[in-house]
Amino acid sequence: MRELAGIAAFALAAALLPAFVTSGFALNLAIMVLYSTLLGQAWNLLAGFGGQYSFGHALFFGTGAYAAAALQVHLGWNAWLALPAAVACGAASGVLVGALSFRYGLRGSYFALVTLAFAEVFRILANSVAFTGGGVGLLLPLEESAAAMQFAGKPGFLYLILALVLAGFLLCWWLKRSRFGAWLAAVRDNEESAAALGVDVFRVKLAAIAMSAALMAAGGVFYVQYFHYIDPHLAYGPAVSVEALLGPIVGGLGTVFGPLLGAAVLQALGELTRNLAGDVPGASLVAYGVALVAMVMFLPRGVAGLLARRGA
Amino acid sequence: MLDPQIVFAALLNGLTQGAVYALVALGLTLIYGVLHIINFAHGALLMAALYGVFFLNARFGVDPYAALPVMVPAMFALGYGLQRFVIGRARHGRDENVLLVTLGLAIVLENAALAAFKSDTRTIETAYTFSTVNVAGAMIAVPKAVAFLGAVAAAALMLLLVSRTDLGRAIRAVAKEPQGARLVGIDVEHVFAVSFGIGLACLGAAACFLLPAYYVNPQVGNGFVLIAITIVVLGGMGSFAGALAGGLIVGVIESLGGLWLGESLGQIGIFLAFIGILLFRPQGLFGASVGKSGRA
Repeated sequence: MRELAGIAAFALAAALLPAFVTSGFALNLAIMVLYSTLLGQAWNLLAGFGGQYSFGHALFFGTGAYAAAALQVHLGWNAWLALPAAVACGAASGVLVGALSFRYGLRGSYFALVTLAFAEVFRILANSVAFTGGGVGLLLPLEESAAAMQFAGKPGFLYLILALVLAGFLLCWWLKRSRFGAWLAAVRDNEESAAALGVDVFRVKLAAIAMSAALMAAGGVFYVQYFHYIDPHLAYGPAVSVEALLGPIVGGLGTVFGPLLGAAVLQALGELTRNLAGDVPGASLVAYGVALVAMVMFLPRGVAGLLARRGA
Repeated sequence: MLDPQIVFAALLNGLTQGAVYALVALGLTLIYGVLHIINFAHGALLMAALYGVFFLNARFGVDPYAALPVMVPAMFALGYGLQRFVIGRARHGRDENVLLVTLGLAIVLENAALAAFKSDTRTIETAYTFSTVNVAGAMIAVPKAVAFLGAVAAAALMLLLVSRTDLGRAIRAVAKEPQGARLVGIDVEHVFAVSFGIGLACLGAAACFLLPAYYVNPQVGNGFVLIAITIVVLGGMGSFAGALAGGLIVGVIESLGGLWLGESLGQIGIFLAFIGILLFRPQGLFGASVGKSGRA
């Protein structure tokens, strides 16, 4: 119940933000933190709660993004209709990868690598077929209205991403207290024992990857609506997969708030290094990388570990 | 149907390219086999080595092949230091930490190169850059033929090192059972660092063989990481013979894929083969342990 209260407090604080902050810069930063939280929560659901480490979450992100963009550009769908359809496509891609790799019993690094390879296959396909616009990508027609999910101001986007993040939070909260969540935790901790106790390991893992992929696809839809553009590298490139896994690992794996904490720390770090490093290309990312390495060396259990130690 | 002569040329081209891939993958497979980590900074470190060879040539006029005695020890020292003082210390017994640190290192290296050298693509020109040799009717660029022979020689040297020397015996002991190795008096941290160093020394050699027929820019390593990981899995994680065979196979698949499917779609063959191997024979072509799960 304490976690539910925490989620409610966070939602209230984020929802009230536009009433007090009007700077576009600050609101954009808040939106990017929430967006990064959504990707992190998607990855955390499968890795932190299910023990399946994926290096190719871009696959689900890109599928959601391309589905949303293509439905609007090629078929003229409304964005609000395209959102659930794209989320369903993302979940389907999760089920496809999950069914193949779990059926053959892939675990650990092997599962991580097969997801990476699937993301690459989709990147190459997206680069080569006309439906996705090839290397040129897809440009969303500009239509600034809430009905087209292209809000006139930042607050609209803030509420949209907040709603998606809340869905992710509630899903994780539910996992912590439901029977399904207990099965998933059992599979994470010891697959053989879980199977011996009658847990349908394959089904449980498949459901987990479908949920994770659905959240990730929602992130992809948001990306398209916010930036109006998607290309194969943005959609299926390794950068998205890395962003999805960095946050929860830094913030605390398998916790409800870890992805939020990690996203906030990493965004703040990125912002700080950008300001300190000035205009030299790459310099800010050097500082970011150094800070990341230093953080792992000196805070081995993530930021959440530091907080837990202080609290104890 | 394509002219068999063209197919034969593409096959040879794939073999020579694959040999360099194999050299990159050999370093990765050694590091995986001993330390059980996937070094995500591998491509960025190859990029750093390529810049090393480039500047030795541009500033001091050192021929890329003559740079071998400089680059191989330099990369070994870099690898030894990195493992001993950064990666080993950041591990804290958790594999996720290694993932984060190697990712962080890759970010640092790539962007340091970007800040220092801009994103320009650089190439070098040597007397033999455009010479070719005739292999059974197919024309092969001399640098590629040298790279093929060099990669095979390097693989053979590594195989000898690991199977015939005391150091190799220690490396194998640590790979199999670090706790036991420590008990019989092996300095495990030292062996970890030496293995990481040898893994990077392979990159130093690969860079010397690669540059005469290739280019360098800050992103050049990215393409190699995934291919090297593919080769490591294809050959069986930790297997040297597997990495060599896997490299050659991947080179040929890429070359023939490019011939039939075109430049952009051709690469898909590699990843489809990769997924197929992972699904049907996850222990790889030469891997021994069946069904044993690896660590991320």
